[in-house]
Amino acid sequence: MEQEQRRGSGGGKISGQLQAIFDKYRGQQGTLIPILQEAQNRYGYLPREVIGEIARTTDNPVSRIYGIVTFYSQFHLKPRGRNIIKVCQGTACHVRGGKKILNFIEDKLGIKPGDTTADLRYTLETVACIGACGLAPVLMVNDDTHGRLTTELLPWILDRYK
Amino acid sequence: MQFIRAHVLVCGGTGCMSSGSRQVQAGLEDEIARRGLDNEVKVVQTGCHGFCEMGPLMIIYPEGVFYVSVKAEDVPEIVETHLYKGRIIERLLYREPLSQKSIPSYDEINFYKKQRRIILSNCGHINPDEINEYIAAGGYEALGKALTLMTPAAVTEEVKKSGLRGRGGAGFPTGMKWQFARQSPGEKKYVVCNADEGDPGAFMDRSVLEGDPHRVIEGMIICGYAIGADEGYIYVRAEYPLAIKRLRTAIAQAEEMGFLGKDVFGSGFNFALHIKEGAGAFVCGEETALLQSIEGRRGMPRPRPPFPAVSGLWGKPTNINNVETFANIASIIVDGAEKYAEIGTEKSKGTKVFALTGKINNTGLAEVPMGITMREIIYDIGGGIVDGKKFKAVQIGGPSGGCLPEDMLDLTIDYDSLTAAGAMMGSGGLVVMDETTCMVDVAKFFLTFTQSESCGKCTPCREGTKRMLEILTRITNGEGREGDIALLEDLARGIKQTALCGLGQTAPNPVLSTLKYFRHEYEAHIKDHVCPAGACSNLTGYTITDDCRGCGMCKKVCPVGAIAGEIKERHVIKHKVCIKCGACEGKCPFKAIRKGA
Repeated sequence: MEQEQRRGSGGGKISGQLQAIFDKYRGQQGTLIPILQEAQNRYGYLPREVIGEIARTTDNPVSRIYGIVTFYSQFHLKPRGRNIIKVCQGTACHVRGGKKILNFIEDKLGIKPGDTTADLRYTLETVACIGACGLAPVLMVNDDTHGRLTTELLPWILDRYK
Repeated sequence: MQFIRAHVLVCGGTGCMSSGSRQVQAGLEDEIARRGLDNEVKVVQTGCHGFCEMGPLMIIYPEGVFYVSVKAEDVPEIVETHLYKGRIIERLLYREPLSQKSIPSYDEINFYKKQRRIILSNCGHINPDEINEYIAAGGYEALGKALTLMTPAAVTEEVKKSGLRGRGGAGFPTGMKWQFARQSPGEKKYVVCNADEGDPGAFMDRSVLEGDPHRVIEGMIICGYAIGADEGYIYVRAEYPLAIKRLRTAIAQAEEMGFLGKDVFGSGFNFALHIKEGAGAFVCGEETALLQSIEGRRGMPRPRPPFPAVSGLWGKPTNINNVETFANIASIIVDGAEKYAEIGTEKSKGTKVFALTGKINNTGLAEVPMGITMREIIYDIGGGIVDGKKFKAVQIGGPSGGCLPEDMLDLTIDYDSLTAAGAMMGSGGLVVMDETTCMVDVAKFFLTFTQSESCGKCTPCREGTKRMLEILTRITNGEGREGDIALLEDLARGIKQTALCGLGQTAPNPVLSTLKYFRHEYEAHIKDHVCPAGACSNLTGYTITDDCRGCGMCKKVCPVGAIAGEIKERHVIKHKVCIKCGACEGKCPFKAIRKGA
């Protein structure tokens, strides 16, 4: 909450930060999703004020943007942790014990998929398939893929991400 | 001129990278430089070899020696023994699991022997970040031939004659699709590549994009020429960061070389290519939804007709094909349609890339001619089932496909035979399951997926899959009711016939195919409250075996007091009290607590 308020202070500052993104896509077609993606890369999630600013600048109603943001799993309305753990729950991982991996992390971090630890260190998510099925079960932390997981390996992997 | 006497190819696919190939490559480069060999030995990072199970993989040319599971610690030995002294390192060679024989060369390994690699021919052999390597391997020859020697109509005709069918799932003839787009009136047209590979258990598109991105780009430019489009989009899943990076590099190089841009090959033909990153929605693999998403909207399908060939991206005629489909085009143009059509069956031509995963020894990518049997793929290429367990089923085609039992193993694989058997080619994911996999649970798994990915636009899919999932959940919880099977079948038929798009129409397939071939498992869950595979925890009890030493740990940890027994005597679980939480299983120091029906 505190983080959200801090970031929310001063709408002028936000529009300044977003200006570079708007400039990049000016005059092109179908740019709403790329703009949202880049804005999210910048803030880690899509704060209310940012959505409002994007709506004003691109001349879209907030409801339309909210519709897009909630449709795609990539967009987030809440602050996320420094490290994003995506545990694969695809078919290959499912038959090779992906559920156990997820349960272990849930217990260890004390959070459920979609949640973030209180210290903002980790956000836990599930993903339908990351296409590394040959190494099932797998998970991704940020952009790194870790495969052939066992519950013994997990503490060591998680520990590397501060 | 510098003389390079040896090339070391290190796999840089996602699979091998996560197994540590980056460290191997860095170590190798350091070691080679330290020994002053950097003028004669070149290290090349390649795309995926497909044999992800054994990664990180390395090939050393000119001998063509194939090393598997290479670790950073092995690097000094590789440089010293192989590159310096010229001896093969026996312990890093691949061993056939059955004969235990070590095999030095790539082509001699069973996993590769039965494959026919056309689309994957460059994957693992060239550096995907280097356009010259693709050109040296015959790349962009097809584009030159099409643009300078053939008319757009002739290119379309050639693709039609080849018999190529869409590799994304449904298998619509590609040449026909091109012709529709070509004949649609309009100045502005688009080519779109569907790289939103979302089927759980499929990663062939990812490997092609990471290992040989130019092949896909070349296919798209040729398509643009054939249908009269001057602009194209590749829609890639955001979950594939490496594929996106390699595509960006490839597009920039192709622009620099003049294969993309204005007046390609001096033919007057212009073509520009853009990348669109997906934002995470499985339904965007459906073509009309994908177009909505490129346009910046919610990716919800719309009814067809009008087909995209008539009214697609921003209302203009658009041709959409899958990654693997575009990857086939260059060889059709270079070698000719007749040569291409020699491979495969009467109605399914060419090769297909399958992703082998699950309880199989050799997981990875296999490109095989159409018409091969499932048995050959699973046993000859895949090396059989892990831990010598018994084969139970193979799931093909992802959430739209079905599960085939053992007596279907000799089915020859093509689009039509698979559909007739109640499965579907889909994108080509093959997930092998053994006796410990519960088929009702598998059906529930896929329904969970389609239900959560349903966009919610049409009622049959939105409500129907939810009701089906509720029934499956109650069956796997041991609360199945008389009549549930009939109800499932009824709902499945309704959804198949009335859903708006391919996602909904095929969503019931996993349930229908498991009901067709594994009905007894559903019945066992409902009538006998037993899960024959021992996978559904509510229907599976825990027992304490003879290994128990009576330490009492399990008794202490049991939250409901279901375990009885005196210290130093074998303990017993009271099944009526047990809530199957599994806490005791993890606590037992003697591994004496087992799950079983």
